[in-house]
Amino acid sequence: MSNKVYKTAAAALEGLTFDGMSVMAGGFGLCGIPENLIAALRDSGAQNITAISNNAGVDGFGLGLLLETRQIKKMVSSYVGENKEFERQYLAGELDLEFNPQGTLAERIRAGGAGIPGFYTKTGVGTVIAEGKPTREFDGESYIMETGLTCDVALVKAWRGDTQGNLQFKKTARNFNPMMATAGKVTVVEVDELVEVGSFDPNYIHTPGIFVQRIVEAECEKRIEKITTRERA
Amino acid sequence: MAWSRDDMARRAAQELKDGFYVNLGIGIPTLVANHIPEGVDVTLQSENGMLGMGPFPYPDEVDADLINAGKQTITELRRSSYFNSADSFAMIRGGHIDLSILGAMEVSENGDIANWMIPGKMVKGMGGAMDLVAGVKRCLVTMDHTNRAGASKFLKSCTLPLTGQNCIAMVITDLGVFEREPGRKFRVSELAPDVTLDEVKAKTEADLNWE
Repeated sequence: MSNKVYKTAAAALEGLTFDGMSVMAGGFGLCGIPENLIAALRDSGAQNITAISNNAGVDGFGLGLLLETRQIKKMVSSYVGENKEFERQYLAGELDLEFNPQGTLAERIRAGGAGIPGFYTKTGVGTVIAEGKPTREFDGESYIMETGLTCDVALVKAWRGDTQGNLQFKKTARNFNPMMATAGKVTVVEVDELVEVGSFDPNYIHTPGIFVQRIVEAECEKRIEKITTRERA
Repeated sequence: MAWSRDDMARRAAQELKDGFYVNLGIGIPTLVANHIPEGVDVTLQSENGMLGMGPFPYPDEVDADLINAGKQTITELRRSSYFNSADSFAMIRGGHIDLSILGAMEVSENGDIANWMIPGKMVKGMGGAMDLVAGVKRCLVTMDHTNRAGASKFLKSCTLPLTGQNCIAMVITDLGVFEREPGRKFRVSELAPDVTLDEVKAKTEADLNWE
């Protein structure tokens, strides 16, 4: 049985990082981000990274870490409103940015991982998103073509994983992680809890281990962007 | 007297029908959840991967793995389900969501909306807004009728980059409610208390059906 288990996030990225690489990182805001793998990617020193992630972290956390060190050359995201350093670098022309509508981004990654090179969608018709893209009519309605996305290394965060890479995600920390797991040439997963094969009921595995090449158990800070609560009556 | 943000949210909530699946945007649309009419059962979708959004947690229930699309901590309900982003946008793009309530910077007289960027100034991104206006069965905007400088946000055509074309069926502002059928002009269907049609005309650049 091949060994997919690594002891540290740094070891899990060993030999996979290089200048000019493309990386996907799961998460929505700071929820469900592979925070230890992102820190390990920063420490690897890889430069000119193309990062595909719904958001760009916040200043000093998540992908914000790699923006601070200028290791990211280009971001592919749907929303980057929570990161001042990002906005500064972009408006100063120091960073490339490709905005994708969130659903288009999710579908591009799903398609890429499924071997689908392109698809048509209504999202973005008549907007700047459609510029330069082929269009086609279906049943009298106009659609634009979007392409599938893959990457050199997908960094994924799961709740629990077994030693074969079967994964379960927790609540809304699932988000982009399952699609990204399918779209990496190599997929590296960090989990809150690593368990033995056979611990999961096969009915309740969200991502089958075939999509996972490396897995590491790591403690997460799980920073919260906006703690909102109500008072007990 | 013009409507407050809460008044606009309360009016928007009257568009919710029993059994609806609804996506609420950030800002005034979020407040709509506080005004769901008695006897109307709706399921709120959060595009980061949840159906059946519950209220904010008590302080000892906060869970970093459970947030809404505004990145606020929330709770689950008995009916809740979680799913990935591709499934979430299959609900949105596949036309399975009944109603989307969004904020806007500009709306045009033909139902175009701009709400995601100000070139050279604000770089935030569209998030799920372009998918929502392209895929949800009915899209409704809540916004102030004019900007801080007093200029109309209800325009002949949008000046900012579009989020979507010909997709907004209803606009609720602090001055009133404006509705349109596909291919028709917006008409004034309601005025806020003590707001006159002349005041609305003076503050609206768009060509509406004023009858």
